Amino acid sequence: MPQVTLTVNGKRHTVAVEGRTLLVEVLREKLGLTGTHIGCDTSQCGACVVHVNGDSVKSCTMLALQAEGAEVTTIEGLAKPDGTLHPMQEMFREHHALQCGYCTPGMVMSAIDLVAKHPEGLTEREIREGLDGNLCRCTGYHNIVKAVAAAWPLMHQKAMPAAAE
Amino acid sequence: MGFEGIGAAVKRKEDGRFLAGRGNYVDDINRPGQVYAYFKRSDRPHARILRIDTAAAAAAAGVVAVYTGADFAADGIGGLPCGWQIHNKDGSPMAEPPHPVLAQGKVRHVGDPVVAVLAETRQQAKDAAELIEIDYEDLPGTASVLDALKPGAAVVHDEAPGNLCYDWQIGDKAAVDAAFAGAARVVRLDLTNNRLVPNAMEPRAAIGECDVAGNYTLYTTSQNPHVIRLLMGAFVLHIPEHQLRVVAPDVGGGFGSKIYHYAEEALVTWAAGKLKRPVKWTAERSESFMSDAHGRDHVSTAEMALDAEGHFLALRVSTLANMGAYLSTFAPAVPTYLYATLLAGVYKTPVIYAEVKAVFTNTVPVDAYRGAGRPEATFLLERLVDAIAHDTGIDRIELRRRNFIPANAFPYQTPVALQYDSGDYETTLAAALKAADYAGFPARRQAAAAQGKLRGIGISTYLEACGIAPSAVAGALGARAGLYEVANVRVNPTGSITVFTGTHSHGQGHETTFAQVVADQLGVPVSQVDVVHGDTARIPFGMGTYGSRSIAVGGSALVKAMDKIVAKGKRIAAHLLEASVDDIEFKDGKFSVAGTDKSKTFGEIALTAYVPHNYPIEELEPGLDETAFYDPKNFTFPGGCHVAEVEIDRETGVVRVVNFTAVDDIGRVINPMIVEGQVHGGVAQGIGQALLEQAGYDAGGQIVSGSFMDYTMPRADNIPNIHVGTESTLCTHNPLGVKGVGEVGAIGSPPAVINAIVNALDAYGVRHLDMPATSQKIWSILQAGAPRMAAE
Repeated sequence: MPQVTLTVNGKRHTVAVEGRTLLVEVLREKLGLTGTHIGCDTSQCGACVVHVNGDSVKSCTMLALQAEGAEVTTIEGLAKPDGTLHPMQEMFREHHALQCGYCTPGMVMSAIDLVAKHPEGLTEREIREGLDGNLCRCTGYHNIVKAVAAAWPLMHQKAMPAAAE
Repeated sequence: MGFEGIGAAVKRKEDGRFLAGRGNYVDDINRPGQVYAYFKRSDRPHARILRIDTAAAAAAAGVVAVYTGADFAADGIGGLPCGWQIHNKDGSPMAEPPHPVLAQGKVRHVGDPVVAVLAETRQQAKDAAELIEIDYEDLPGTASVLDALKPGAAVVHDEAPGNLCYDWQIGDKAAVDAAFAGAARVVRLDLTNNRLVPNAMEPRAAIGECDVAGNYTLYTTSQNPHVIRLLMGAFVLHIPEHQLRVVAPDVGGGFGSKIYHYAEEALVTWAAGKLKRPVKWTAERSESFMSDAHGRDHVSTAEMALDAEGHFLALRVSTLANMGAYLSTFAPAVPTYLYATLLAGVYKTPVIYAEVKAVFTNTVPVDAYRGAGRPEATFLLERLVDAIAHDTGIDRIELRRRNFIPANAFPYQTPVALQYDSGDYETTLAAALKAADYAGFPARRQAAAAQGKLRGIGISTYLEACGIAPSAVAGALGARAGLYEVANVRVNPTGSITVFTGTHSHGQGHETTFAQVVADQLGVPVSQVDVVHGDTARIPFGMGTYGSRSIAVGGSALVKAMDKIVAKGKRIAAHLLEASVDDIEFKDGKFSVAGTDKSKTFGEIALTAYVPHNYPIEELEPGLDETAFYDPKNFTFPGGCHVAEVEIDRETGVVRVVNFTAVDDIGRVINPMIVEGQVHGGVAQGIGQALLEQAGYDAGGQIVSGSFMDYTMPRADNIPNIHVGTESTLCTHNPLGVKGVGEVGAIGSPPAVINAIVNALDAYGVRHLDMPATSQKIWSILQAGAPRMAAE
């Protein structure tokens, strides 16, 4: 069986996988990182989003072998070692942007990538379109959008440009 | 601590673990030595099974066992039970055909499980299932209730000739017919309520386990673990309760679809007993589409008899309800007692008659989905009222006001069994119209028209019945279970509190709101209260969460249990303070002697109860741990007004909901942040139903919306910001005055959206539109004819 070596949340792992094994299966089943969820089988729901080399990726859409040498961050790797939450996690809590919690890890990972890649600011519409790849059945998205907008100034350490609001 | 009691927007206790990726959902659980189950399901709607050859699968790598329906028959295992029995007009019971765990003889819908393959790995089980050969003799199938009732239609069950499950009625037919005979006018509307797939984001999963002594554990994605234990233990597998533990840990959304006892739960538990190894199954989303109970799917005719001024004289409704291929746990109750009893709505219609035929088809079973019967009733009524306004020319707001049950008429007995205890529909209507700037709509419409957009506004003034249910009433109506709730309040020796509730939280935030109720009543901080749910080995026998019942029924049980705690605490305090029990007051976490400064804190009383050195031991047991069951006296009746404003792109037919306002009367609010979140989510599901969602079947029963690629779920850019307001009248018959909020959003919103679209299309002569109002449907209307008048 082929092997893949990847770094997940700063820790290097070498695991034996089948050719068809998906990255999400390695995370959940081989590494016990069950915070990354599986919500569909057609790459539609985004519950499995993680960061691979700094980009958000649906980990059900990537073969584990494609992650050879990659740096992967999952929801478990966001908080600081002392437990301090990432600003996006903090704003999700503050704005009640989660209910059942199932879509939350993927939603948070997507939202972080969205905010990080838009230093020029984000309008409400852009946030909604930017989260188009993540399904949530509980919140109606209202509070998720609020949380992402609230996290932007915290992540960029400046006020959201007025033009973007 | 700041104020954390009833009414405070306390941040959720459960969020920490979810945000850190430390939730504990069923698929996150792995048991030592577990094998994986995979189901070979029917890929055809209706067929006789001629032969099943599992030899190659059984010999495949890693395969531990292969089971078919014959194995269950050989073991004397019957079918999955139905929890509700409806009676026909003539008093005879409904047809109740068997629902085997694995198909026996025939398959009746796409997704019907036929063979279970158990293997060392998930992939091995799946690979081996590919080697199974099944010879089928295809039979004609039906998907729609109209087709299934046609003479000569293929019969789904021999036990139900003509595919009729039941033919039920409610109300005074003679009085209604007389009112119609004397009416100045009759307005009729034919409408359907589209079939939906609940699609909680967590797919269902189950792990069965059995130890050497025959003690079973089932981990399952359930909204009601005790109900599953009772149904599966007593009626399917014959495992006594004390040897069956059901755990529903973190559950990723339910919306009704995780109430029911499903075949996969029975299979993994039964197989674990055979193999003495844990058996795990997790649904793939494609399986969810063909095995989770679907929702809605009604075809109805509604007629209102009116006097010359537009007063409602009588309502007559005839509905065909799709049951799917088998009766799911609550299915028969949904189009009857959760639907037809709601047909008075907020209106003082003096007489109502409804008849409902429930029909078997070759589709996935249909059962309660968020709102369950009440969205169907609300859509029918609120569309009918707008159709009356359309046909009579009476303003739709004025028409509603003319027919509202007035605020001084409560308690109000409807002609369809329910007695409303409280409500004020004029207040919620006025508040919603104001918040939505209804008066300013014409200017917005004009501005939109200038940009080539068709803008419309619609309202619905809805009511629902929840907090189910008084057990005796439910029993008289055919329920085979009681519907009370239970709470156990365990005060720990140092004064912290553990609450064990029979309700289940799968997104609702009970760990926070129930703790707030405790904080409010006992004066301890929320951080000192732990709420335990979802494990039959820990919680007392309660009925779980559905029908917006948790706070109304479970919260009431919690208050009753705390009343017992306070009563006992007073006796302990009286002893310590050398006073009469009658003189002890409990307030803000302190027991004090009235009119003195002598007091003991809650924590001191708790410690004394567990270290009873100075204690009235002759007359009082040690400990401070009380359980209460609460059987509600009535349903609760949330109601309100939803206002939707839409814009239609004339080129593409795309409908965008641009404003949405919900003003709901849900009784006392425990946590406004959570209440708003519940309304947001419900409204989004309602907008999804109105614009996007349709569980599609072809005429023969082949499923054509089998994944998120062809079933349109609402995404962030389909949903607007939602303005939520509350205007409360208190429930009069439960101790908290609460009514429930879980379903109001999904109940009130679909007709508001469709009414807005019909309003936007008024120039095109549109009187009614069935859901979902897809862009294709709207585009066709726009193409079909030039406007009767200039929309501008």
